[in-house]
Amino acid sequence: MIKLLEARGIGKRFGGLRALTEVSLTINKGEVYGLIGPNGAGKTTFFNVLTGAYTPEDGEFVFNGSELPLGKPDRIVNRGIARTFQNIRLFREMTALENVMAGHFIRTKTGLLGVLLQTRHTREEEKLTTERAYELLKYVGIERHARTLSRNLSYGDQRRLEIARALATEPRLLALDEPAAGMNATETSQLRTLIETIRSDGTTVLLIEHDVKLVMGLCDRVAVLDFGKKIAEDVPAEVQRNPAVIEAYLGGAHHAAH
Amino acid sequence: MNNISQAIPFLGSRNPKAALITLVVLVLTAPLFAGLFGNTWVRILDFALLYILLAIGLNLVVGFAGLLDLGYIAFYAVGAYTWAFLASPHFGLHLPFYVVLPVGAAFAALAGIALGFPTLRLRGDYLAIVTLGFGEIIRIFMNNLTHPVNITNGPQGIDQIDGMTIPLVGLELNRGLQVTDDFKISSLFLYYYVFLAFVVLAVILVKRLQVSRIGRAWAAIRDDELAAKAIGINTRNLKLLAFAMGATFGGVAGGLFGAFQGFVSPESFTLMESIAILTMIVFGGMGNLAGVIVGALALSFLPEVLRHIALPIQQALFGKVYLDPEVLRMLLLSLAMILMMLMKPAGLIPAQSRYSRADLLGDKEARHDQAA
Ligand SMILES: Nc1ncnc2c1ncn2[C@@H]1O[C@H](COP(=O)(O)OP(=O)(O)O)[C@@H](O)[C@H]1O
Ligand SMILES: [Mg+2]
Repeated sequence: MIKLLEARGIGKRFGGLRALTEVSLTINKGEVYGLIGPNGAGKTTFFNVLTGAYTPEDGEFVFNGSELPLGKPDRIVNRGIARTFQNIRLFREMTALENVMAGHFIRTKTGLLGVLLQTRHTREEEKLTTERAYELLKYVGIERHARTLSRNLSYGDQRRLEIARALATEPRLLALDEPAAGMNATETSQLRTLIETIRSDGTTVLLIEHDVKLVMGLCDRVAVLDFGKKIAEDVPAEVQRNPAVIEAYLGGAHHAAH
Repeated sequence: MNNISQAIPFLGSRNPKAALITLVVLVLTAPLFAGLFGNTWVRILDFALLYILLAIGLNLVVGFAGLLDLGYIAFYAVGAYTWAFLASPHFGLHLPFYVVLPVGAAFAALAGIALGFPTLRLRGDYLAIVTLGFGEIIRIFMNNLTHPVNITNGPQGIDQIDGMTIPLVGLELNRGLQVTDDFKISSLFLYYYVFLAFVVLAVILVKRLQVSRIGRAWAAIRDDELAAKAIGINTRNLKLLAFAMGATFGGVAGGLFGAFQGFVSPESFTLMESIAILTMIVFGGMGNLAGVIVGALALSFLPEVLRHIALPIQQALFGKVYLDPEVLRMLLLSLAMILMMLMKPAGLIPAQSRYSRADLLGDKEARHDQAA
């Protein structure tokens, strides 16, 4: 198995609160890796630290053989990590197509002069970006809404659009933060199919999810966070039996507050 | 261009080609009509074009990239003073416009970056306050850069600025064009067409920017900065680019203003002017080129109309002028703003800006539509 991402002793504090403590984990190429844990456990914070939205105080990430620049989102995306957000964050004044086209930014080169002079290269790249974006909309199954403003899409379609936009950055690792949240059963099963397709097309997936059935059915391995610490990492069946995990999920009334 | 023809409601969109031709004819003959009412009106038209240029530039920053800028007039000032420095007896330099204008634009762009750097982390109100301060600082510099070397000539300003001369044909815009012995095209008309050319160029360039990876990146930053970062957009560089590009338009407009007016002084570059331009784009419809143009046109024209009606009326009624034209203008702008916020908060022509071209997918999309 080939390592794609290795987190080594990641620590993140918010004032007095230790959101992540010494979190180490390894994600292999081609797998769907689940990250679960009660609300407030630090899952989203892990995403934020990984993708450069926050800078961790401790630790480092090794991605595809070399260290990731910490706190530099654009360079991290360039290295091949893309994410979606727990609370959908689309570009609301842009159409679905344009959202995905924006996602292609980092893989295109046209500069200011090229745009102003509309060189042949610029026009070709623009056409390519448009076509690729449309292909990705098809891939996630919302191409009929290509020209719809993203804010007018249904909730499920917005979730998928966010995935398409992330895929437009051509990631090696796709990090999804609770993609099934708020979806009905049909939408969830379509999402599951989509994630399986993404994996079989060669993209590794890091999945935060609350829907236990989805996680257990989809993930090759699962890590469990509780109070910012990793308390388990194993195949789903083992994790489900792990007493510490059961305790974290069932034992604590303190979690309900989050 | 299509967008603009749609902007004029009475032209309708049923026959876009006819609408476009009407629009072109209208724009080309506008100064002739204005001339019927006196040269003042041609002059007002010329200024309207400068305001359009400014509004287009400010819209790049505010409408596209979502960066509220209340000091935009500073770039206009930089452009105007650059022209005054390089083409007037003040320093004894008389460089041609194709040198002065790019230099002015470059200085303005630098000023834009200078404003951009310290404000990268600011948004909304905070950004507005810093940019407002920046505009005032530039104006205060213009007022006070007289010691130990007299650079700006202080509040008196700089006069006898060279007009614009079109090279090759040697056409001096300030002198007008003597066509036959008894027919002369006045300089006001010549400037109109030159300014118009700049506006058309600006529209083309901004359209190109809008439908490009750069325009999409700006819109992304405006709509959700965190998400923009998450797809790999270097928000710092793109914000600086927006400031620089917007400032460039302002600098060019400023240069043209200096040449046209023949005189610059700090008085022309007050906070009120920044606010007036911002009002124009909000009034017309922020982020939307057609709206911005209509807004600039309406709000540079209406105050003048009002001035020409209100002054004589005041004279006739009271025998003296109680409301100074400048006060009237501000009253009108505020009133326009309030009415707009109440009735059409998205502006006269709400943004329908597209950041992609409709034709690039062609049959692919059509086939799908039939299938669906
Ligand atoms: N920007 C922030 N500032 C302060 N505290 C934060 C911030 N982001 C997250 N936290 C805190 O860190 C802890 C982990 O949050 P989060 O990572 O969102 O949990 P999860 O995604 O597992 O539900 C929570 O206690 C949360 O309140
Ligand atoms: Mg979360």
